[in-house]
Amino acid sequence: MSTAFTPVSHKMSARDVSVAYGDNQAVKNVSIDIDMDKVTAFIGPSGCGKSTFLRTLNRMNDTIPSARVTGEILLDGENIYSADMDVVQLRARVGMVFQKPNPFPKSIFENVAYGPRIHGLATSRADLEAIVERSLKRAGLWEEVKDRLSDSGTALSGGQQQRLCIARAIAVDPEVILMDEPASALDPIATAKIEELIHELRGRYAIVIVTHNMQQAARVSQRTAFFHLGQLVEYGETDNIFTAPRQERTKDYITGRYG
Amino acid sequence: MNGFALCFVILGLGLIGWLTARARALRFDRGGRKRLHSLPAQHGWYAAAWTVLPPLLFLAVWSAISPGMVRQTILRNPAAAQLSDFAFERDSVLAQARAVAENPYAGDVDPLARRLAPLVGATRSRYAWIGTLVAALLAFAAGAYAITRIRPDFRARSQVERTLMMTLLVASLIAILTTLGIFVSLFWESLRFFGHVPITDFLFGTHWSPQVIDAKDPGASLGAVPLFWGTFFIGAVIAMLVAIPFGLMSAVYLTQYASPTTRRWMKPTLEMLAGVPTVVYGYFAALTVAPAMRQFAVLLGDPYASSESALAAGLVMGVMIIPFVSSMADDSLAAVPTAMRDGSLAMGATTSETISKVLVPAALPGVVAGVLLAVSRAIGETMIVVMAASGAATITLNPLESATTVTKQIVDLLTGEAEFDSPKTLAAFALGLTLFVITLLLNIVALRVVKKYREAYE
Ligand SMILES: Nc1ncnc2c1ncn2[C@@H]1O[C@H](COP(=O)(O)OP(=O)(O)O)[C@@H](O)[C@H]1O
Ligand SMILES: [Mg+2]
Repeated sequence: MSTAFTPVSHKMSARDVSVAYGDNQAVKNVSIDIDMDKVTAFIGPSGCGKSTFLRTLNRMNDTIPSARVTGEILLDGENIYSADMDVVQLRARVGMVFQKPNPFPKSIFENVAYGPRIHGLATSRADLEAIVERSLKRAGLWEEVKDRLSDSGTALSGGQQQRLCIARAIAVDPEVILMDEPASALDPIATAKIEELIHELRGRYAIVIVTHNMQQAARVSQRTAFFHLGQLVEYGETDNIFTAPRQERTKDYITGRYG
Repeated sequence: MNGFALCFVILGLGLIGWLTARARALRFDRGGRKRLHSLPAQHGWYAAAWTVLPPLLFLAVWSAISPGMVRQTILRNPAAAQLSDFAFERDSVLAQARAVAENPYAGDVDPLARRLAPLVGATRSRYAWIGTLVAALLAFAAGAYAITRIRPDFRARSQVERTLMMTLLVASLIAILTTLGIFVSLFWESLRFFGHVPITDFLFGTHWSPQVIDAKDPGASLGAVPLFWGTFFIGAVIAMLVAIPFGLMSAVYLTQYASPTTRRWMKPTLEMLAGVPTVVYGYFAALTVAPAMRQFAVLLGDPYASSESALAAGLVMGVMIIPFVSSMADDSLAAVPTAMRDGSLAMGATTSETISKVLVPAALPGVVAGVLLAVSRAIGETMIVVMAASGAATITLNPLESATTVTKQIVDLLTGEAEFDSPKTLAAFALGLTLFVITLLLNIVALRVVKKYREAYE
């Protein structure tokens, strides 16, 4: 499946990636390419390793002491697990949005300004304000919060909090955005807003979204990867996966036979 | 009969009540006409409670009021007419008479006391017998009452439950009532003090020298501001300058950097420090740190530096408080959801940026509450300052100079020659009351902050 030659045109490429938590092999020999301007959905039954694999893409697995990652993951052709990769820089380039909205207990402004501040992206206060405004606008939250930027981020509704987290992630101008079931804790209306937002963001970033909701995958993604028991079973154009899956297991899953 | 034996007898009666009641309940049971509502043993406990609790309650009340009654009876006796009118002297003679009554060979006794001894002895034993008799009668009467109530449908079980609940309630009230009692007595003694000394002189006066009190204007030398300042300076400034940074840093290390193995032994070790008796810290302050601080001051060019500097006491007190601050900060850091940490790390922040910009600010209310509690402990701390701080009340900003604290002055005022009516002694109560109120306020504020903070993460 994998080739020694890596076309630089892929934004990220995983080559033979396995992850183990102690003795538990959670992800097995996964190889996958992720491209700019596309939304890639990871689907599969719960516990099949979607989140674990997603976390390898920005090395968030480093924060779990028992996790061991093997194989290589290239970002613009550069192995992010090589010794000279700066994790801080990597995570600025590959941003992440979590399942449960996790705004910091700071003001809305400070939440968005957090990344630009630690990475020194703004040279002046006006600059910083411009970044915050642009990010909130892109996250579709500006109109709702522009008059109360100094209110606490934790005082927003769940859907607003999640969009704030998205604004926080895009404030550092990442190239890839990873989203781990970003709407699973939200009500249908807030979910629809997030999906709409993903549509709008598609042109600027490579987006990877984990979801256990197949309709959602069909709605927001151009590519879909089906995971089962730690393996990547099938990966292709979303339309093909949902209308003409090649693997028996994929078919069983999307027709609701199990999961 | 002494109280101990009497209690045993009452407990024995309780056992008899238990056995009798159970036997009676069993008879109903065997009669088989009707099922018992409660188990036989529950009837037993019901009767036992009735047999034991009323006489014990009576004895508790009796032992509180009978000494007064004994004294009244003795004073009414013509033999006691020679007793002095001064309460203090009179009570001393009566106490001696009582000692002679218990041990006729007691020496060095006022002759009047020796003459009164038989009267005192007889009166006391008469009241003791009355108490014993009433207690025994109560035990019998209440026990018998309980046993007569046993019927198949009698709900002994719920009654026992209720009695148990009341007993537990009383047990938990005791600590609260004791605190209240202490507060009330402090309050009354303080009121007496403020009868001698205007409260404004005490709270705002800046001259404190209880050794030389002008009888006409005691307030002039009982101004407590130097003590308040010294307490604040040693306990809330110097000690906290040590305890806050070190406590916070060790909490950050333990929650964020230490491996589980390190944490497993380091945290209990640190917490063990909190169990070291403060007198040990006192030694350390007086014998090691204080001389070192004096040398330091001499090096700085003050050949007459005090060896009882505020710095020595404050530093050691700070060390003593470190585990306290650290464990409170540890708890509040651990209460910050890991999602906050992950969110920050995923933005590309380093661990130390995450700690200083997200975790510590998020944990701040809890840390502040911990510091307030630590301050309240520090200003109430006594042993270290008694051993290492000075008795001289000065208002100074120089930590190498001597300063004294409220607790140290209380100890000085109450030890040694003391008459219980003088403004000098009563001042100790006013100081105690002030300390009590301040610590109470600090604790209330801290607990509120903690509560608010807990709610924020629920
Ligand atoms: N932090 C962790 N420590 C140990 N095991 C984990 C951890 N996270 C996930 N796992 C295990 O890895 C496997 C895959 O989990 P996960 O990646 O969360 O699946 P998914 O996101 O597809 O539901 C599961 O068996 C899970 O128990
Ligand atoms: Mg998951």
